[in-house]
Amino acid sequence: MLQILRGEGPQGPGGSAPPASVIPMRNIFPVLAVTAFLIALWYAAVIPMNAQWTQDQARRAGQDLSFAELVTDTMSQARPRLPAPHQVAQELWNSTVVEEMTGRRGFMNTGSLSNRSLIYHGWVTLSATLLGFAIGSALGITLAIGIVHNRAMDASVMPWAIASQTIPILAIAPMIIVVLNAIGITGLIPKAIISTYLSFFPVVVGMVKGLRAPDQMQLDLMKTYSASGGQVFAKLRWPSAMPYLFASLKVAIAAALVGAIVAELPTGASAGLGARLLSGSYFGQTLQIWSALFAAAILAASMVALIGLVQRIALKRMGMAA
Amino acid sequence: MRDTTTAPVISAQGLNLIFQTNDGPVHALKDVTLDIAKGEFVSFIGPSGCGKTTFLRVIADLEQPTSGTITVNDMSPEAARKARAYGYVFQAAGLYPWRTIAGNIKLPLEIMGYPRAEQEARVAKVLDLVELSGFARKFPWQLSGGMQQRASIARALSFDADILLMDEPFGALDEIVRDRLNEQLLDLWARTEKTIGFVTHSIPEAVYLSTKIVVMSPRPGRITDVIDSPLPRIRPLEIRDSPEFIEIAHRVREGLRAGHLDD
Repeated sequence: MLQILRGEGPQGPGGSAPPASVIPMRNIFPVLAVTAFLIALWYAAVIPMNAQWTQDQARRAGQDLSFAELVTDTMSQARPRLPAPHQVAQELWNSTVVEEMTGRRGFMNTGSLSNRSLIYHGWVTLSATLLGFAIGSALGITLAIGIVHNRAMDASVMPWAIASQTIPILAIAPMIIVVLNAIGITGLIPKAIISTYLSFFPVVVGMVKGLRAPDQMQLDLMKTYSASGGQVFAKLRWPSAMPYLFASLKVAIAAALVGAIVAELPTGASAGLGARLLSGSYFGQTLQIWSALFAAAILAASMVALIGLVQRIALKRMGMAA
Repeated sequence: MRDTTTAPVISAQGLNLIFQTNDGPVHALKDVTLDIAKGEFVSFIGPSGCGKTTFLRVIADLEQPTSGTITVNDMSPEAARKARAYGYVFQAAGLYPWRTIAGNIKLPLEIMGYPRAEQEARVAKVLDLVELSGFARKFPWQLSGGMQQRASIARALSFDADILLMDEPFGALDEIVRDRLNEQLLDLWARTEKTIGFVTHSIPEAVYLSTKIVVMSPRPGRITDVIDSPLPRIRPLEIRDSPEFIEIAHRVREGLRAGHLDD
């Protein structure tokens, strides 16, 4: 009955909110199955990818390899073309916990993070990401408010925002870094600016949509109360936009991380996940590349999950998640 | 008896409203002249496109007439709106999903700057009027469609405007819920002595509720008949089986049919 009434009943601005998504236990099995399948696929690919090098080595030594020996060797090369999953996991562990606990330059020995650990490099990238995300979100929200309330901004800002995203970030990032370097701005700020550049856009698009979510009836209702523009914004538009805000923040934080990593590439920065990727590719250190990639992925996933958590709490307090 | 010799609460003289659309001009209201006295319950009935909702929106200053004059409480509709002369109930309840029922009813009071203590008192009072006292802390989705619409009526009543404008408030509800809400609305009208403008396309609803029935027809939207109901102000549901009721319903139906003859 309640379901029927909710279905045909009047919808508030933005429609009725769906319940917050929680993965129930019965959904864990398919997730695990897919993960296991992907890992198996990865292992299967490791053998042909690395077999050439193993066979070359054996031929030079004049040895004959059994299939078992071949497989074992492809999974344990120091500089494989494609590292095996357990090698990446091992490298991740070694370059985070082990390095900081026992390394000569690690946290336990020196009291500061080691420049060889992914925790250090991850933090360098994360700090630029968070700064860029904060500026980008604030900028995106501000632009969206302007676009929704000002006809001139509506006509002029959106095309520019869209145009800005059609320029490949790889093309514009070096220019921004070099120009800022030339005027003496280095380090965190240029990277944060590139993060901002990527992260403001989804927030603008989402918030314009969200702030315009209230239908004509809701706006008419406000007019019958003779509500001021500020009151319409605070009491109707802003709360209506909340689900859109969180959805766009999730996209924005991931984009901000990509921006920070890309910003580390062109100048040959010595720190950050991007720098690790770059130096890894210079020296053929595939393990280093893959572990940096996974560190970036873990970082992105944790930040998106964190925003999801804030979203759940915020919408629940607003009564929008049952 | 009420004093009906005073100036009308709502007075429209030769009102015209023409919408410019892509398919050319649409004559939504043509030469509408009507007086509504204080304390009346006026229904506007007619098929879609007859301008009944448009007329209600002109009273509420949500649409601007092309020509003619209209006064609400002896003011222009805009001045009346700014003086918060009326409460408006839409077809959909339109409650904010992020506010509780009490929070929704408080919305106009917050906007109008009532002190906090008075907000609480008024919310309690109107919730009692629409018989929703136990539901103050519920969220809209926890209520049935009829209860949501009652909450939206409470919201329109909360700031105690003299006029209540209702645009097909029960249109989306089933017959049984509708009967019950009609009864409650009459009771509420008797207790609050408001002037009510009510848009509907149900003949029994219009006849049962109204002291005055305005029959309208489309293309162009105009008034074809105004019926002053001889029914007493206190009306049990059974009155709908009385000869008087059936006679008025018949006259309304005739008026609606006359409006369609030129189609």
